[in-house]
Amino acid sequence: MKIIVFVKQVPDSAAKVTAENGQAAWGEAPMVINPWDEYAVEAALQQKEAHGGTVTAISIGSENAKEALKHALAMGADDAILVSDPALKNLDTQAIARLLAAIVQKVGGVDMAFFGRQAIDGDSGLTPTQTARILGWPALTLAASIKVEGSTVTVERSFEEGRQIVSANLPAVFSLVKDFGEPRYPSFMGIRKASRAEIPTWTLADLGIAAPTPVVSWPTLINPPSREVKCEFITGASAQEIAEKLADKLIAEKVL
Amino acid sequence: MDFSLSQEHQMVQKMVRDFAQKEIAPVIKEHDRKQEPIPWAIKRMGELGILGICFPVRYGGQGMDYISLGLACEELEAVDTTLRVVMSVHTGLCGMTLLQWGTEEQKQKFLVPIARGEKIGAGAFTEPGMGSDVAAMQTTARREGDVYILNGEKMWISLASKADYALVTVKTDPQAARPSQALTSFIVDLHSPGVKTGDLHGKLGVRAGSTGWISFTDVRVPVENRIGEEGEGFKITMSAFDNGRYTVGAGATGLIRASLEASIRYAQERKTFGKPIAEYQLIQQKIARMAQNYEIARLLYLQVGWMKNQGLRSTLQTSYSKKFATEASFEAAHDAIQIHGAYGFSDEYDVERYLRNARGAIIYEGSSEIQTIIQAGYALGQRSDRPLRCELPAYDPDTWQE
Repeated sequence: MKIIVFVKQVPDSAAKVTAENGQAAWGEAPMVINPWDEYAVEAALQQKEAHGGTVTAISIGSENAKEALKHALAMGADDAILVSDPALKNLDTQAIARLLAAIVQKVGGVDMAFFGRQAIDGDSGLTPTQTARILGWPALTLAASIKVEGSTVTVERSFEEGRQIVSANLPAVFSLVKDFGEPRYPSFMGIRKASRAEIPTWTLADLGIAAPTPVVSWPTLINPPSREVKCEFITGASAQEIAEKLADKLIAEKVL
Repeated sequence: MDFSLSQEHQMVQKMVRDFAQKEIAPVIKEHDRKQEPIPWAIKRMGELGILGICFPVRYGGQGMDYISLGLACEELEAVDTTLRVVMSVHTGLCGMTLLQWGTEEQKQKFLVPIARGEKIGAGAFTEPGMGSDVAAMQTTARREGDVYILNGEKMWISLASKADYALVTVKTDPQAARPSQALTSFIVDLHSPGVKTGDLHGKLGVRAGSTGWISFTDVRVPVENRIGEEGEGFKITMSAFDNGRYTVGAGATGLIRASLEASIRYAQERKTFGKPIAEYQLIQQKIARMAQNYEIARLLYLQVGWMKNQGLRSTLQTSYSKKFATEASFEAAHDAIQIHGAYGFSDEYDVERYLRNARGAIIYEGSSEIQTIIQAGYALGQRSDRPLRCELPAYDPDTWQE
């Protein structure tokens, strides 16, 4: 089984992201592997453990995206590739998907391509389906469990309205949700391997394509309007009186 | 001179932090209240390799260095002291002493399962009538052919009722010219006939930790379980303390950080007289003291970790680290409670647990008074490091991972 998992380096989820001069800024907050992608790595590793093969972690970005790749290596991925090129700027999800599809083709013989359900910085969640569309592969998104039998894969999808069982033939693209189960911690052996790994960098020339052209641009980025928050203490002689006053207030404010 | 942590160290730090934050932090308060250990915690630490972090792979360990051990202890105690105590006694006192003083056969037999977390180790030195005065211990062993017969009682032993093996130091030669020459160390199987263990309750802190007693009544210990030679028990015990104290100093650094982070969070949220209390200089003074002490404590334990990696003796530097960090952690928790006001006095917040947990470490593994005497001894030239027959091996990244 040839498995690839796409990972992204993003600002830590505790970081306060703001717009500064039209650009997103997160101060000195650390960069981490996109938390959703950890589920994707876990799913990829489980498939390898069940069916054999290799797991390759791939990221697009600058040199610091290697941190996300090293996290995947420390979790147990066999190898990693960074895709980086000065021409890759201001890409939208469609352009990223074209690039990812080219990467899948260049790797060759891929059976399963894993994604987290979305990246916590852009939050679009579009890339897995767009990549599958370009490849002409099934997009099995929001996967909570994955079972492969021969060349057929059965996926339980988990979403707000309920669950859905779908099946398709491999190769396929998958996006993972939390219901899949907690991702493993990096092992110490994996940490040693990751910290010494020489991660190759592929450029657009290696992929044999020109920089994909975005169709959506970000002309402006604006902070949400600041809100005035007032705090009012509701007092009363008894819990019941306080609760009644609170209920009246909530009704008057049309909260209830 | 390079003060930065390697990428490997940073990944170790994050891995242990994630484990402690995700799995221990949500349940520790409940177990502390009930004064019950988290039943799965030690096993889980074993599965993740944390218990054997700094042992060579050929001895069942993870092949990481001594700095990684310190970083792990800082991360564990930033959540709760009980987990770091496990590292102190299982990894520090017991495992590292076997690594330093054990024969190859003893390492294969005892260190391998300890490093893998399959067997749990403890260190048993303190007795009902003695603590820091190691030479005054009353537990005895007399040799009869190929076995030693142990009698006596050890007290205030962490993991006493949980451990499979204990490194035990006892008196073998009551007539020795010097009290320190009277002692011998053994690795004792705590499932042997004649061994009884029990838990102690009513502790001020470390309430989710296991602390107890071990009694020996005519316990037959094979001669091959003797660590070192007869009469080397004092030196072996002091080596064990060098390792255990390192983990205590590193852990207490985590406790300072926990108090600091809790204080910053609260001081920025809590308002009095119309502004966050973080804007008042008397609050800032406390926070600045914690931040400064965290940095000092961190540098002190990392220095010890570096010295251990180089194969250098670090008794004095370990003493600085242990004494400074444990005292500063108590002060930090005390200040954190003051910043939290009445809420800090309640177990609704973690800082009261930090204060209770911090207190014990000023006493155990060599009280602050003993550390002061050690430090004065070195400063006055009355004490110096003499070569030991067995030194703690320096870290070698190549051979440790074979």
